[in-house]
Amino acid sequence: MAKGIRRRRSALLTALTGIVLIYSLVPLVWLVLNATKTQEGLFSSFGLWFDDGRFALGDNIRQTLTYDDGIFLRWLGNTLLYVVAGAGGATLLAVLAGYGLATYDFPGRRGVFATVIGAVAVPGTALAVPTFLMFSRLGLTDTPWAVIVPSLISPFGLYLMWTFTREAVPAEIIEAARMDGASELRTFYRIAVPMLAPGIVTVLLFSMVATWNNYFLPLIMLRDPDWYPLTLGLSAWNAQAATAGGQPVFHLVITGSLLTVLPLLAAFLLLQRYWQSGLAAGSVKQ
Amino acid sequence: MAGTRRRRSWAGWQFVAPFVAVFAFVFLAPIGYSIHLSLYRTRLIGGTSFAGLDNYRQALGDPNFWSALGRVSLFLAVQVPIMLFLALLVALAIDSGRLHGKAFFRVAIFLPYAVPAVVATLMWGFMYGSRFGLIGGLNDALGLSLPDPLSPGLILASIGNIVTWEFVGYNMLIFYSALRVVPASLYESAEIDGAGQFRIVTAIKLPALRGALVIATIFSIIGSFQLFNEPSILQKLAPNAITTHFTPNLYAYALSFSGQQYNYAAAVAIVMGVITMVIAYAVQLRGTKER
Amino acid sequence: MRTYPRRRLLGAAALATALVLAGCGGSDDDSAPSSGAPVSEADVRAALQKGGNLTVWAWEPTLKQVVAKFQQAYPAVKVDLVNAGTGNDQYTAVQNAVAAGSGGPDVAQIEYYALPQFALGKSIAELGPYGAGALESTFTPGPWASVHSGKGVYGLPMDSGPMALFYNKQVFDKHGLKVPTTWAEYLDAARRLHKADPKAYIANDTGDAGFVTSLIWQAGGKPYQVDGTTVTITFADSGTQQFAAVWQQLISEKLLAPIVSWSDQWYQGLGNGTIATLATGAWMPANFTSGVPAASGRWRVAPLPQWQAGAKASAENGGSSLAIMEKSGNKALAYAFLRYATDGDGVQTRVDNGAFPATTAQLTSPAFLDSKFAYFGGQQANRIFAESARNVAGGWSYLPFQVYANSIFKDTVGQAYVSATPLADGLKAWQDRSAKYGKEQGFTVK
Repeated sequence: MAKGIRRRRSALLTALTGIVLIYSLVPLVWLVLNATKTQEGLFSSFGLWFDDGRFALGDNIRQTLTYDDGIFLRWLGNTLLYVVAGAGGATLLAVLAGYGLATYDFPGRRGVFATVIGAVAVPGTALAVPTFLMFSRLGLTDTPWAVIVPSLISPFGLYLMWTFTREAVPAEIIEAARMDGASELRTFYRIAVPMLAPGIVTVLLFSMVATWNNYFLPLIMLRDPDWYPLTLGLSAWNAQAATAGGQPVFHLVITGSLLTVLPLLAAFLLLQRYWQSGLAAGSVKQ
Repeated sequence: MAGTRRRRSWAGWQFVAPFVAVFAFVFLAPIGYSIHLSLYRTRLIGGTSFAGLDNYRQALGDPNFWSALGRVSLFLAVQVPIMLFLALLVALAIDSGRLHGKAFFRVAIFLPYAVPAVVATLMWGFMYGSRFGLIGGLNDALGLSLPDPLSPGLILASIGNIVTWEFVGYNMLIFYSALRVVPASLYESAEIDGAGQFRIVTAIKLPALRGALVIATIFSIIGSFQLFNEPSILQKLAPNAITTHFTPNLYAYALSFSGQQYNYAAAVAIVMGVITMVIAYAVQLRGTKER
Repeated sequence: MRTYPRRRLLGAAALATALVLAGCGGSDDDSAPSSGAPVSEADVRAALQKGGNLTVWAWEPTLKQVVAKFQQAYPAVKVDLVNAGTGNDQYTAVQNAVAAGSGGPDVAQIEYYALPQFALGKSIAELGPYGAGALESTFTPGPWASVHSGKGVYGLPMDSGPMALFYNKQVFDKHGLKVPTTWAEYLDAARRLHKADPKAYIANDTGDAGFVTSLIWQAGGKPYQVDGTTVTITFADSGTQQFAAVWQQLISEKLLAPIVSWSDQWYQGLGNGTIATLATGAWMPANFTSGVPAASGRWRVAPLPQWQAGAKASAENGGSSLAIMEKSGNKALAYAFLRYATDGDGVQTRVDNGAFPATTAQLTSPAFLDSKFAYFGGQQANRIFAESARNVAGGWSYLPFQVYANSIFKDTVGQAYVSATPLADGLKAWQDRSAKYGKEQGFTVK
């Protein structure tokens, strides 16, 4: 960003923005600090500092990964499956549809986007029972499909790809490819996709977040803990404290939460170059 | 809307069809089914009968529904402006180029977005503990007596805080990205004309943000009206403060899952959906009118 | 309550979905009468020898060992034990499976308070034809009454929760408090304790439907009367009044810690002496041992305080049964598992792992009664629990829609704990909303 280079830095502005920064980071710091404590330590020490003398992070991680025959790893694997299939599929569908909406004029085009936005306004929780019944008739409940199929729709992704395509793929280039006799799909694949790369990464990342954080849908669709994603598993561990004969494992809930958050944070940090430029084009044009 | 440049043909459907097909399967079909359900009434004793619009009539006269709607409207009126305003300020601050460690700010403030709502709520729930949690710790350490964030009077604010925490960075990024697209030459010429920073913000930056603001507002409206995850998880810690009809979505959920009144729940959900759509549409109309 | 009403809202969607199917599938299930033909003991034994697969949905932790031993004893049988969620979460899953007509378990764990709802919906099998009626003397009276709906038996009691008062002896000694034998003394102790140490409370309580109904039960109240599809709901009887009178004072004088049971703060409070007593079911020791290890040796058990001095009344709090799903393809084998787990060898396995039984044999066996709890300073706590089990007041019943009624407890009675609403008004509101729901659902509500 060339325009910023020659500006004077302002300590005051930095300090003010720093307040928001602290607000954003304190809970994450809390999470890291408390993942280092034993269950006893959680109760007896101050929340924003270490527990004196006991540093149990390694032990907590080991316990988290091995507790209940290592089910956490199974949940992690499930989550990865849902993310790869769900977010990957959602991205593919959104890219195709966004490109189609932006590049072609076809009967029903206006209706598509209006319907999508309209449908998003209907509370998803209310659709739970009907969706469950439909899926159970198709024999999809309690299988990964029940989580993956609904994750394939990302209205925000569609919107983003639509606006992004209009920005990044000039009509003339498509027109030129057509003149050369390239098929529509080939034009898309060969010419548009490379230009759309930042947008695709952005949509992929946001769909990943949505799938990784998915909670409500699996809650309804899955009953076998072997298919749980991490979010559902963690909340089951948290609930375990409330069962007769159950064992409270708050320290594992906290450590597990930390382990759940880390991969996403890592993905965002590593790919920030892409998604930031992807968002830029997506958000500006209305 | 663009699209003036293309010839009209069915070719576009080959790209849009897969999305539309899945969309119809996971959104439209259940919605249609919900509408169907909302026209019936089923009882534990006596079975199913056609009810016409009775469920809708009941919903419109249901004080629980209206109190839930009132609560999310209050939430919308207070939390959304605070969150968007905060996001806007941070975006402008980062974009101004006057911050030390700009990139760090940008990423760090965005990070909470990557935390699952379940984890965020569990985490804040632990911290809200006024006796032994972080609040309790602060009370002890500093001799304060901070009020209990989970008491009925404060619970909505506490939920607002969680939602703000989760999404301020996300909205900041949308605004910031929109600002980055403004050509630097515009600022330069403004400065040559002697415009101050404040003038640049109001004359160039804010207008440039209009589209992003409208979109962020619409998503926030939908999010507020559908408020569910955070209160439903906090319920465990604040059962009396978060009633079964705390938000419309929670209410619809309670109706169908503990009360088995899924017909009525479907009607409530559809009424809520229509209200959300109308408001979102109105915002969009207003937001884009002058363009 | 045996299980904390976590995500209560998620509750029982069973009937909801069952009815959805009825609504759109158009089949009224009157055509298929439930399997009424008697199944002899020999048939059940034959099923065991023949073997097969069973799916069991339960969250009770000790069943893991029971299943392992069961499979050892009957190698032909393969049991798939699935934790499909705790309490309401599992009920949702069960009822969804009922609605879908497939994918459900053969055997499900169902808490006593929820059993009538499943029985009414005919999603679980009546066990009379299997000879369950003959087991009356096998189980203690409270749980045995709880597995009935009308005249039929719909489940076998797996565990029970005769109530007792757990108290932190260290705290009591420190402040020179006497262990209360009546609720009036309890109130007095609450005042003295909180005055002596403003950080300490006699108990935590933010309102819990299971707890309130249990104490009303103990006081001899019968707010729910059920006769087929006719139900009576009234919180005006003297049992309820007695409860409300004492609890109103505890609430108004802020003598109850506003800490939600089963939360992290609750475990912390039980451990550090800020929560001095806990009146709950006999299944609690296992939770103390695993959840509050730091306070080992400090706690003791006493009989539940009484509403009348000198009385010996008790009540059940929590506890669950095992039931057979109507859709199960192998009910004889399922019944064999039920017997094994609830009155066969499985009982001892469960007791050894910390569960509290519902069988008279265990509750009267010297080994059980004499066992000393290191956690309770070597006290023979089972004697108190067993005594409590014998004294459970008769005549109690839950509503056939208790799952729903409990879900709106916090909207009504719960408000009395956090606002100026009198407890009596809260109870009245609970009664009204329960009655309204009952009427809407087609019950005759009196």
